[in-house]
Amino acid sequence: MTEITMSTAKTRKLIGFDLKTAGPAIALLILCVIGFLLNPAFLSEGNITNLLTRSAFIGIIAVGATFVITAGGIDLSVGSMAAVIAGVMIIVMNSAVGTFGTGVTTVLIGCGCSIILGLGAGLVNGLLTTKGKIEAFIVTLGTMGIYRSLVTYFADGGTLSLNYDIRGVYRPVYYDSFFGLPIPVWVFIVVAIAGWFLMNRTAFGRYCTAIGSNESVAKYSAIKVDRVKALTYVIQGLCVSLATIIYVPRLGSASSSTGVLWELEAIAAVIIGGTVLKGGYGRIGGTILGALILTTIGNILNFTDMISNYLNGTMQGLIIIIAVWLQRGDWGRNKSAD
Amino acid sequence: MNTLTKIGALATVATIALTSWASAESIKIGVSYPTPTHAWAAGMNWHAEKAEERLEALYPDVDLILVNSPDPSAQASALEDLVSVHQIDALVVLPFESEPLTDPVLNVKKSGALITVVDRGLSQPGIEDIYVAGNNPELGRVSAQYMKGRLKDGDNIVILRGIPTLIDNERFDAFMAEIEGSGINVLDHKHANWNRDDGFEVMQDFLSRFPDIDAVWAQDDDIAIGVVAALKQAGRDGNGMFVVGGAGMKETIKGIMDGNELVPVDVLYPPAMIATAMDVTVAAFKSNGPVAGRYILGATLITPENAASFYFPDSPF
Repeated sequence: MTEITMSTAKTRKLIGFDLKTAGPAIALLILCVIGFLLNPAFLSEGNITNLLTRSAFIGIIAVGATFVITAGGIDLSVGSMAAVIAGVMIIVMNSAVGTFGTGVTTVLIGCGCSIILGLGAGLVNGLLTTKGKIEAFIVTLGTMGIYRSLVTYFADGGTLSLNYDIRGVYRPVYYDSFFGLPIPVWVFIVVAIAGWFLMNRTAFGRYCTAIGSNESVAKYSAIKVDRVKALTYVIQGLCVSLATIIYVPRLGSASSSTGVLWELEAIAAVIIGGTVLKGGYGRIGGTILGALILTTIGNILNFTDMISNYLNGTMQGLIIIIAVWLQRGDWGRNKSAD
Repeated sequence: MNTLTKIGALATVATIALTSWASAESIKIGVSYPTPTHAWAAGMNWHAEKAEERLEALYPDVDLILVNSPDPSAQASALEDLVSVHQIDALVVLPFESEPLTDPVLNVKKSGALITVVDRGLSQPGIEDIYVAGNNPELGRVSAQYMKGRLKDGDNIVILRGIPTLIDNERFDAFMAEIEGSGINVLDHKHANWNRDDGFEVMQDFLSRFPDIDAVWAQDDDIAIGVVAALKQAGRDGNGMFVVGGAGMKETIKGIMDGNELVPVDVLYPPAMIATAMDVTVAAFKSNGPVAGRYILGATLITPENAASFYFPDSPF
């Protein structure tokens, strides 16, 4: 379908082992070895569980971002969207206490409200980019500012806190485990599998790739370009709302500092994973590894005092660039395959 | 309410007298600060509004004009407007950043207004007539003193720091200076950016990394909330473990009043300092005593005994 997928297929045949797709996995493996060498506690069960649970937020959001980016779009609003959804969820649940008590019903109302808001916010981004014909970068830059200031406004500049009794009911969603894995990790797994299926085994996934490769050709091939593109933003919104549903029970609060820079982390996870930023090629599996790599970097930096705290950003930047270079560099590729 | 430490005084009574002559009917005081985007600043906004109500009711001829600005250049324009539109007699300003606002404040001073600077100093000395600020080194020192009182030789603590800034360094350096020689081991310190989520994650990693931690200096109440959640998740919130935050968040103070053992004290860095600054500025026009000078608020240790006087249930912070 595209040049890239074709050359990838060829390379795979010729050298048997494809560095391009294995790049993120190798990077993650190297990181884990470094982490273990620095401190064996890195591989302790507790730390691995923490790592996976933490990756769930960015990972789930990044699965949505993979669709948006594959179809040639970009969504900068996800971090602010998560913050405003978390804020509204808390307000709704707190005010539902009076009518529905502090039981599961109230929590379900909160979750339902989160999903509706996520779908709605995604639809707004999608319609403005397609029907409104405004560049995705500008639309989502705008909604990013709007959502961020809305949460500040709702919280009166401070912090919105969930009613203490509901927190008790809702808390297990983040802290409890199911077959040895925390619930957020299960949500992450389900979202990842659903995303992989949608991207690789359905017409919708192929449409996204086609539109990202060449929008005009896709249009002439009778693909409903606007509808597919708008849908990618709706999927992104749904992913954000799922991430928010597992985020809120962690600390039971939302403020203007919630989800700051999540959009960049999600985009970084997608690109580290091998999806092409200008669209046309998307890898859900890579995105998952990308999210794990990003969280692992932060985790390792907390496990050592060898590197000055002020240089954390430098280390993160270096590792991101190296991880992408591992899969983009020509060095792993058989020349005759090109 | 706060312990005021008066450090020095400048002779500005003459200027004050002149400006109050110029506008005999009403004293206009501009109050400029950053738009609240985090809880501490929202608390400051709330206290500024309360002080406005209280002072205007007390002195009908005093008119306080509150303006908040989203960034340094907007604040500079707001200062110009306060002079040209409102013709203020005095300015209370919490500068967004020291450097870009030094000149704008200097221009306000040239118009003859009395200048009160809050919390963040300007980059040029001698512009302000009155300076009101919290005491960052003292916050670190008081926290360390409390730690020394509770812990013994050989006990281990970890530190979660704020955003890498001068404020954070002042607090941290003073804490380390005070803790030195006490035999308490500081296992490591990491930046948690005055943020609950970062506090949670950094503390999770500290808990995986160090099997024996006796206490945590979180430096800030928001970080402390994340730290407490991580401690509870790991089941390591017992055995005399305690967390010391800082600032004076209402939930934290409520917890102290209720006898919370995990966060038994707090160290004050009050958003209400803006109200102190407004009081002092109004006093410059109303009091018969001299008021110009530097007011450094104490970093009071909030304990169950004195917590009630720092508890403002209606404030957002």
